[in-house]
Amino acid sequence: MKTKLVFFFLFFFLLTGTTLTSFGQEGHETTEPFDASTFIMDHIADSHEWHLWTVKDQEGHDRHIALPLPVILYSKENGLDIFMSGKLAHGHSYKGYKLEEGVIIHENEESNSGEKTIPLDFSMTKSVVGLLFSCIIGLVLFLSLSRSYKKTGISHPKGIQSFLEPVILFVRDDIAIANIGKHKYEKYMPYLLTVFFFILINNLMGLVPFPPPFGANVTGNIAVTFVLAFFTFIITQFSANKNYWKHVFATPGVPLWLLPVMIPVELIGIISKPFALMIRLFANITAGHIIVLSLICLIFIFKSLLVAPVSILFVIFMDCLELLVAFLQAYVFTLLSALFISLAVQEEHH
Amino acid sequence: MILLANSLTSPAIGLVFWSVLIFGLFFFLLSKFAWKPILNAVKARDEMIKGSLEAAEIAREDMMRLQSDNEAILRKAREEREVILKDARDVRDKLIAEAKGKASEEAEKIVEKARIGIEGEKRKALAEIHDQVAILSVDIASKLLGEQLKKTGEQEKLIDNYLKEINFNKN
Repeated sequence: MKTKLVFFFLFFFLLTGTTLTSFGQEGHETTEPFDASTFIMDHIADSHEWHLWTVKDQEGHDRHIALPLPVILYSKENGLDIFMSGKLAHGHSYKGYKLEEGVIIHENEESNSGEKTIPLDFSMTKSVVGLLFSCIIGLVLFLSLSRSYKKTGISHPKGIQSFLEPVILFVRDDIAIANIGKHKYEKYMPYLLTVFFFILINNLMGLVPFPPPFGANVTGNIAVTFVLAFFTFIITQFSANKNYWKHVFATPGVPLWLLPVMIPVELIGIISKPFALMIRLFANITAGHIIVLSLICLIFIFKSLLVAPVSILFVIFMDCLELLVAFLQAYVFTLLSALFISLAVQEEHH
Repeated sequence: MILLANSLTSPAIGLVFWSVLIFGLFFFLLSKFAWKPILNAVKARDEMIKGSLEAAEIAREDMMRLQSDNEAILRKAREEREVILKDARDVRDKLIAEAKGKASEEAEKIVEKARIGIEGEKRKALAEIHDQVAILSVDIASKLLGEQLKKTGEQEKLIDNYLKEINFNKN
């Protein structure tokens, strides 16, 4: 908590320090207003480089200092291309590739027709790097935890165990057993625990604004939440029993002539459950980030340092709230996954 | 702006690919190397605690049962002791009574024997006396006949004297 706040202030002062001076100078030359939405979207959206800060060079131009990340592109015409994103920075083009509004496009140079194609982009973007680091942290944490269990055996929890075991037991007792039931929960425990801690670690890392492995908006990215929801969907469908499919294709108590209406409705229901999971996590985390960034933007919109204390207070409040949301959303996602699984494995009871 | 918002709500194929890869790997590694041992350890501990509690309960019940068993055994032993003592007393009494009976019987037998013996002896003695008396009386008579028989009273006195003499000599 303490370090998080320290990081936050660091981030804040970096922002104010760099951007305020730039605005002070820019004010004389151009009266370009501060575009808060672009600023916020830049922070929330995925990016091919990890932007650190912006400085002014002697000529008064913005210089973005960013960590270059690997770009991996594939297209049928050009094959596989791997290079660092630094080559595309500041609007440069490399091998015909160019960054346009965050999307890498390919311009055919030889034909000069100006024909633009969009290659398949498998770049290791900011989110991918954030994801990778969060998983490494998770692996280190839980592999060391499992090693400590081998050491302590069946004696009482010690050290890191006493911190993480209550959470694991909470997932087991209050999420898995409470929803799926005592007889079938064990099979789904690894997934529920993985998804819970994956979301939690990424949420918490997203809250820490600086330095690089932190601050990527991973769980607020729809591609990531889509994948998580997709995993839940796949696990639910593959563990579904006869009873579940009977409810979908021949809902008991529904007259036969209604089935042509009911079956599409049930199928939509199957899809909408993980869809809601995807949207819920994405929207909650993104909204939190947007609010925090908006509060910071207030300072630049008003162009006054006097707004800063108010902004900071609100941001601290929002950060505390976001900390709660980080746990809450991990809990809600896991709980609903368990609930959907339980609906799929439920035995018939009349 | 709209384009950016659009990119925010449409999943990028690259990130989907990396997410599946990284999350899948994370899921696999954790399930295999972390959750399995952790959950097993927690379960083993839970079961051990449950087993220990059950064992303690069983042990407590056993103790209780043993205690009541002990009491029952003690009571039984006490009862048995009473019975044995009573038996012993009876046997003793019987033995004493028997011994007494036997002894008196024996004594009676001895007395009887003695009496019979005495009787026999007496009869023998009497018979002998008889014989002696006869012989003596014959002797005396012959003696008296030899001396002169004057007075019957004197005669009788003489016989008595003789008899007394004989008796002393005999016994």
